[in-house]
Amino acid sequence: MSMSLQSPVGSDHQLARLLQIGVVLEEVVEARAAKHAAESEEIDEEVRTLLEEATEESADHRERLERLVEGLNAETIPFDEIQALVERQYEADQDFDGILYDQLCNEETAYKFYDDLIEAIEESDAQFGIDRDRLLSVLAEIREEEAAGVEEVTKLMERGQ
Amino acid sequence: MNTANQYLKAIYLIQKMEDGPASTGAIAEMLDVSPASANEMIGKLESEGWCNHEKYKGVELTEDGIVRAREAIQNYCIIERFLVEVLEVENFREEATQLESVIDETVAERLDTIIDREPQCPDCFDAESDVCALLELEVDAAD
Repeated sequence: MSMSLQSPVGSDHQLARLLQIGVVLEEVVEARAAKHAAESEEIDEEVRTLLEEATEESADHRERLERLVEGLNAETIPFDEIQALVERQYEADQDFDGILYDQLCNEETAYKFYDDLIEAIEESDAQFGIDRDRLLSVLAEIREEEAAGVEEVTKLMERGQ
Repeated sequence: MNTANQYLKAIYLIQKMEDGPASTGAIAEMLDVSPASANEMIGKLESEGWCNHEKYKGVELTEDGIVRAREAIQNYCIIERFLVEVLEVENFREEATQLESVIDETVAERLDTIIDREPQCPDCFDAESDVCALLELEVDAAD
Protein backbone atom coordinates (compact mmCIF):
# COMPACT_ATOMS: atom_id res chain seq x y z
CA MET A 1 0.00 0.00 0.00
CA SER A 2 1.15 3.50 -0.74
CA MET A 3 -0.37 6.88 0.07
CA SER A 4 1.94 9.25 -1.71
CA LEU A 5 1.90 12.96 -1.05
CA GLN A 6 0.70 14.79 -4.12
CA SER A 7 -0.66 18.16 -5.05
CA PRO A 8 -4.45 18.12 -4.61
CA VAL A 9 -5.12 20.18 -7.76
CA GLY A 10 -2.73 19.07 -10.46
CA SER A 11 -5.22 18.35 -13.24
CA ASP A 12 -8.66 19.17 -14.65
CA HIS A 13 -9.92 15.93 -13.15
CA GLN A 14 -8.80 16.88 -9.64
CA LEU A 15 -10.10 20.42 -9.99
CA ALA A 16 -13.47 19.14 -11.21
CA ARG A 17 -13.61 16.75 -8.25
CA LEU A 18 -13.03 19.57 -5.75
CA LEU A 19 -15.63 21.76 -7.44
CA GLN A 20 -18.07 18.82 -7.34
CA ILE A 21 -17.45 18.60 -3.59
CA GLY A 22 -18.15 22.34 -3.38
CA VAL A 23 -21.45 21.76 -5.18
CA VAL A 24 -22.38 19.01 -2.72
CA LEU A 25 -21.50 21.23 0.26
CA GLU A 26 -23.76 23.96 -1.14
CA GLU A 27 -26.48 21.38 -1.70
CA VAL A 28 -26.17 20.22 1.91
CA VAL A 29 -26.47 23.84 3.12
CA GLU A 30 -29.41 24.47 0.82
CA ALA A 31 -31.25 21.33 1.92
CA ARG A 32 -30.58 21.84 5.63
CA ALA A 33 -31.55 25.52 5.64
CA ALA A 34 -34.76 24.74 3.75
CA LYS A 35 -35.52 21.90 6.15
CA HIS A 36 -34.92 24.12 9.21
CA ALA A 37 -37.22 26.80 7.79
CA ALA A 38 -39.95 24.29 6.94
CA GLU A 39 -39.93 22.29 10.18
CA SER A 40 -39.49 24.84 12.92
CA GLU A 41 -42.45 26.74 14.22
CA GLU A 42 -40.56 28.60 16.90
CA ILE A 43 -38.25 30.65 14.73
CA ASP A 44 -38.98 34.33 14.24
CA GLU A 45 -39.18 36.31 11.02
CA GLU A 46 -35.56 37.42 11.08
CA VAL A 47 -34.24 33.87 11.37
CA ARG A 48 -36.69 32.65 8.75
CA THR A 49 -35.51 35.35 6.36
CA LEU A 50 -31.89 34.41 7.06
CA LEU A 51 -32.59 30.76 6.25
CA GLU A 52 -34.47 31.64 3.07
CA GLU A 53 -31.64 33.88 1.94
CA ALA A 54 -29.10 31.17 2.78
CA THR A 55 -31.06 28.70 0.67
CA GLU A 56 -31.12 31.11 -2.28
CA GLU A 57 -27.47 32.01 -1.91
CA SER A 58 -26.42 28.36 -1.85
CA ALA A 59 -28.47 27.66 -4.95
CA ASP A 60 -26.74 30.58 -6.66
CA HIS A 61 -23.27 29.36 -5.59
CA ARG A 62 -24.11 25.90 -6.76
CA GLU A 63 -25.07 27.16 -10.22
CA ARG A 64 -21.87 29.15 -10.52
CA LEU A 65 -19.81 26.11 -9.54
CA GLU A 66 -21.78 23.92 -11.93
CA ARG A 67 -20.86 26.20 -14.82
CA LEU A 68 -17.18 25.83 -13.92
CA VAL A 69 -17.53 22.05 -13.69
CA GLU A 70 -19.26 21.97 -17.09
CA GLY A 71 -16.33 23.90 -18.52
CA LEU A 72 -14.11 21.02 -17.37
CA ASN A 73 -16.40 18.51 -19.12
CA ALA A 74 -17.49 16.89 -15.87
CA GLU A 75 -20.86 16.44 -14.23
CA THR A 76 -22.26 17.36 -10.84
CA ILE A 77 -24.52 15.43 -8.49
CA PRO A 78 -28.18 16.48 -8.90
CA PHE A 79 -29.66 18.42 -5.98
CA ASP A 80 -32.50 15.97 -5.34
CA GLU A 81 -30.00 13.17 -4.69
CA ILE A 82 -28.20 15.17 -2.00
CA GLN A 83 -31.50 16.39 -0.59
CA ALA A 84 -32.58 12.76 -0.13
CA LEU A 85 -29.33 11.96 1.70
CA VAL A 86 -29.75 14.99 3.97
CA GLU A 87 -33.35 14.01 4.72
CA ARG A 88 -32.29 10.50 5.64
CA GLN A 89 -29.70 11.57 8.19
CA TYR A 90 -31.18 14.85 9.37
CA GLU A 91 -31.03 15.10 13.12
CA ALA A 92 -30.21 18.68 13.98
CA ASP A 93 -31.57 20.42 17.04
CA GLN A 94 -34.79 22.19 16.25
CA ASP A 95 -34.44 24.98 18.77
CA PHE A 96 -33.35 28.52 17.94
CA ASP A 97 -29.70 28.14 18.97
CA GLY A 98 -29.41 24.75 17.29
CA ILE A 99 -30.60 26.10 13.96
CA LEU A 100 -28.42 29.20 14.04
CA TYR A 101 -25.45 27.15 15.18
CA ASP A 102 -25.96 24.73 12.32
CA GLN A 103 -26.21 27.66 9.91
CA LEU A 104 -23.01 29.14 11.36
CA CYS A 105 -21.21 25.81 10.82
CA ASN A 106 -22.53 25.73 7.25
CA GLU A 107 -21.18 29.18 6.42
CA GLU A 108 -17.87 28.64 8.24
CA THR A 109 -17.34 25.29 6.58
CA ALA A 110 -18.05 26.71 3.14
CA TYR A 111 -15.70 29.63 3.80
CA LYS A 112 -12.93 27.26 4.91
CA PHE A 113 -13.48 25.04 1.89
CA TYR A 114 -13.19 27.90 -0.64
CA ASP A 115 -10.25 29.40 1.21
CA ASP A 116 -8.30 26.11 1.13
CA LEU A 117 -9.29 25.48 -2.49
CA ILE A 118 -8.13 28.93 -3.62
CA GLU A 119 -4.83 28.41 -1.81
CA ALA A 120 -4.34 24.99 -3.40
CA ILE A 121 -5.07 26.37 -6.88
CA GLU A 122 -2.68 29.28 -6.34
CA GLU A 123 0.04 26.84 -5.26
CA SER A 124 -0.52 24.59 -8.27
CA ASP A 125 1.18 25.36 -11.57
CA ALA A 126 -1.17 23.13 -13.56
CA GLN A 127 -2.84 24.37 -16.75
CA PHE A 128 -6.61 23.97 -16.51
CA GLY A 129 -9.22 23.64 -19.24
CA ILE A 130 -10.95 26.76 -17.91
CA ASP A 131 -9.56 30.24 -17.49
CA ARG A 132 -7.57 30.41 -14.28
CA ASP A 133 -8.37 34.06 -13.53
CA ARG A 134 -12.09 33.49 -13.98
CA LEU A 135 -11.93 30.38 -11.78
CA LEU A 136 -10.14 32.23 -9.00
CA SER A 137 -12.39 35.28 -9.20
CA VAL A 138 -15.59 33.18 -9.02
CA LEU A 139 -14.23 31.29 -6.01
CA ALA A 140 -13.07 34.49 -4.30
CA GLU A 141 -16.51 36.07 -4.79
CA ILE A 142 -18.24 33.05 -3.30
CA ARG A 143 -15.76 33.01 -0.41
CA GLU A 144 -16.55 36.67 0.35
CA GLU A 145 -20.27 35.91 0.43
CA GLU A 146 -19.63 33.08 2.86
CA ALA A 147 -17.64 35.44 5.08
CA ALA A 148 -20.54 37.90 5.04
CA GLY A 149 -22.86 35.01 5.92
CA VAL A 150 -20.76 34.09 8.96
CA GLU A 151 -20.98 37.71 10.13
CA GLU A 152 -24.73 37.84 9.64
CA VAL A 153 -25.42 34.65 11.60
CA THR A 154 -23.03 35.74 14.37
CA LYS A 155 -24.98 39.01 14.71
CA LEU A 156 -28.27 37.15 15.02
CA MET A 157 -26.78 34.80 17.60
CA GLU A 158 -25.50 37.70 19.67
CA ARG A 159 -28.91 39.34 19.53
CA GLY A 160 -30.49 36.12 20.81
CA GLN A 161 -28.37 36.10 23.97
CA MET B 1 -1.42 21.42 2.58
CA ASN B 2 -1.49 19.31 5.66
CA THR B 3 1.17 16.67 5.21
CA ALA B 4 1.73 16.39 8.98
CA ASN B 5 -1.60 14.57 9.30
CA GLN B 6 -0.63 12.17 6.52
CA TYR B 7 2.57 11.33 8.38
CA LEU B 8 0.80 10.84 11.71
CA LYS B 9 -1.73 8.60 10.03
CA ALA B 10 1.00 6.51 8.39
CA ILE B 11 2.92 6.16 11.67
CA TYR B 12 -0.25 5.12 13.51
CA LEU B 13 -1.15 2.49 10.92
CA ILE B 14 2.39 1.07 10.75
CA GLN B 15 2.59 0.91 14.56
CA LYS B 16 -0.70 -0.95 14.56
CA MET B 17 0.43 -3.41 11.88
CA GLU B 18 3.85 -3.95 13.45
CA ASP B 19 2.56 -3.88 17.00
CA GLY B 20 5.59 -1.74 17.82
CA PRO B 21 7.49 1.37 16.69
CA ALA B 22 7.39 2.39 13.03
CA SER B 23 10.70 2.42 11.19
CA THR B 24 11.46 5.55 9.18
CA GLY B 25 11.99 3.33 6.14
CA ALA B 26 8.46 1.93 6.41
CA ILE B 27 7.03 5.43 6.85
CA ALA B 28 8.93 6.73 3.81
CA GLU B 29 7.75 3.74 1.79
CA MET B 30 4.11 4.14 2.75
CA LEU B 31 4.15 7.84 1.86
CA ASP B 32 6.31 7.31 -1.22
CA VAL B 33 8.86 9.92 -0.15
CA SER B 34 12.64 9.75 0.25
CA PRO B 35 14.01 8.59 3.64
CA ALA B 36 15.65 12.02 3.95
CA SER B 37 12.38 13.93 3.69
CA ALA B 38 10.68 11.43 6.01
CA ASN B 39 13.43 12.00 8.57
CA GLU B 40 13.08 15.75 8.29
CA MET B 41 9.31 15.68 8.82
CA ILE B 42 9.58 13.17 11.69
CA GLY B 43 12.07 15.49 13.40
CA LYS B 44 9.61 18.35 13.03
CA LEU B 45 6.73 16.27 14.40
CA GLU B 46 8.90 15.18 17.31
CA SER B 47 9.84 18.77 18.19
CA GLU B 48 6.13 19.63 18.20
CA GLY B 49 5.38 16.79 20.62
CA TRP B 50 3.44 14.45 18.28
CA CYS B 51 5.91 11.55 18.36
CA ASN B 52 9.16 10.23 19.79
CA HIS B 53 11.94 9.00 17.57
CA GLU B 54 14.64 6.69 18.87
CA LYS B 55 17.48 5.82 16.55
CA TYR B 56 17.58 2.14 15.48
CA LYS B 57 14.25 1.57 17.18
CA GLY B 58 11.75 3.70 15.33
CA VAL B 59 8.98 6.23 15.76
CA GLU B 60 6.20 6.07 18.33
CA LEU B 61 3.30 8.50 18.58
CA THR B 62 2.71 10.38 21.82
CA GLU B 63 -0.80 10.42 23.31
CA ASP B 64 -1.54 13.70 21.52
CA GLY B 65 -0.12 12.19 18.34
CA ILE B 66 -2.44 9.20 18.63
CA VAL B 67 -5.48 11.44 19.06
CA ARG B 68 -4.54 13.51 16.02
CA ALA B 69 -3.70 10.43 13.93
CA ARG B 70 -7.06 8.85 14.73
CA GLU B 71 -8.84 12.06 13.70
CA ALA B 72 -6.86 12.07 10.45
CA ILE B 73 -7.91 8.47 9.74
CA GLN B 74 -11.55 9.38 10.44
CA ASN B 75 -11.23 12.27 7.99
CA TYR B 76 -9.73 9.99 5.40
CA CYS B 77 -12.51 7.47 5.98
CA ILE B 78 -15.16 10.17 5.53
CA ILE B 79 -13.54 11.24 2.25
CA GLU B 80 -13.30 7.65 1.01
CA ARG B 81 -16.88 6.87 1.95
CA PHE B 82 -18.09 10.13 0.42
CA LEU B 83 -16.29 9.31 -2.85
CA VAL B 84 -17.75 5.80 -2.91
CA GLU B 85 -21.26 6.44 -1.59
CA VAL B 86 -22.07 9.85 -3.06
CA LEU B 87 -19.82 10.44 -6.07
CA GLU B 88 -19.39 6.77 -6.98
CA VAL B 89 -15.70 7.16 -7.72
CA GLU B 90 -13.95 3.91 -8.64
CA ASN B 91 -10.45 5.14 -8.00
CA PHE B 92 -11.42 6.34 -4.53
CA ARG B 93 -8.24 5.45 -2.63
CA GLU B 94 -5.98 7.48 -4.85
CA GLU B 95 -8.42 10.39 -5.00
CA ALA B 96 -8.96 10.38 -1.23
CA THR B 97 -5.21 10.64 -0.75
CA GLN B 98 -5.08 13.62 -3.07
CA LEU B 99 -8.03 15.26 -1.35
CA GLU B 100 -7.12 14.71 2.29
CA SER B 101 -4.67 17.59 2.41
CA VAL B 102 -7.26 20.07 1.15
CA ILE B 103 -10.41 18.74 2.91
CA ASP B 104 -9.98 19.64 6.57
CA GLU B 105 -12.00 18.32 9.50
CA THR B 106 -14.66 21.05 9.42
CA VAL B 107 -15.44 20.27 5.79
CA ALA B 108 -15.26 16.52 6.43
CA GLU B 109 -17.77 16.93 9.27
CA ARG B 110 -20.32 18.38 6.86
CA LEU B 111 -19.71 15.61 4.33
CA ASP B 112 -20.16 13.19 7.23
CA THR B 113 -23.82 14.33 7.52
CA ILE B 114 -24.71 12.55 4.28
CA ILE B 115 -22.71 9.32 4.50
CA ASP B 116 -22.90 6.17 6.60
CA ARG B 117 -20.05 5.70 9.03
CA GLU B 118 -19.83 3.21 11.85
CA PRO B 119 -19.47 4.37 15.48
CA GLN B 120 -16.26 2.38 15.97
CA CYS B 121 -14.47 4.46 13.29
CA PRO B 122 -11.44 4.58 12.94
CA ASP B 123 -10.81 1.16 14.56
CA CYS B 124 -12.38 -0.55 11.56
CA PHE B 125 -9.89 1.01 9.16
CA ASP B 126 -7.84 -1.67 7.45
CA ALA B 127 -4.35 -0.43 6.66
CA GLU B 128 -3.54 -3.29 4.27
CA SER B 129 -6.42 -2.53 1.92
CA ASP B 130 -6.33 1.21 2.71
CA VAL B 131 -10.07 1.39 3.33
CA CYS B 132 -12.61 0.85 6.13
CA ALA B 133 -13.11 -2.90 6.53
CA LEU B 134 -16.85 -2.30 6.91
CA LEU B 135 -17.34 -0.33 3.71
CA GLU B 136 -19.28 -2.43 1.23
CA LEU B 137 -17.81 -2.10 -2.20
CA GLU B 138 -19.87 -3.31 -5.12
CA VAL B 139 -16.83 -3.86 -7.25
CA ASP B 140 -13.43 -3.79 -5.67
CA ALA B 141 -11.67 -1.06 -7.58
CA ALA B 142 -8.26 -1.66 -6.09
CA ASP B 143 -6.82 -3.49 -9.03
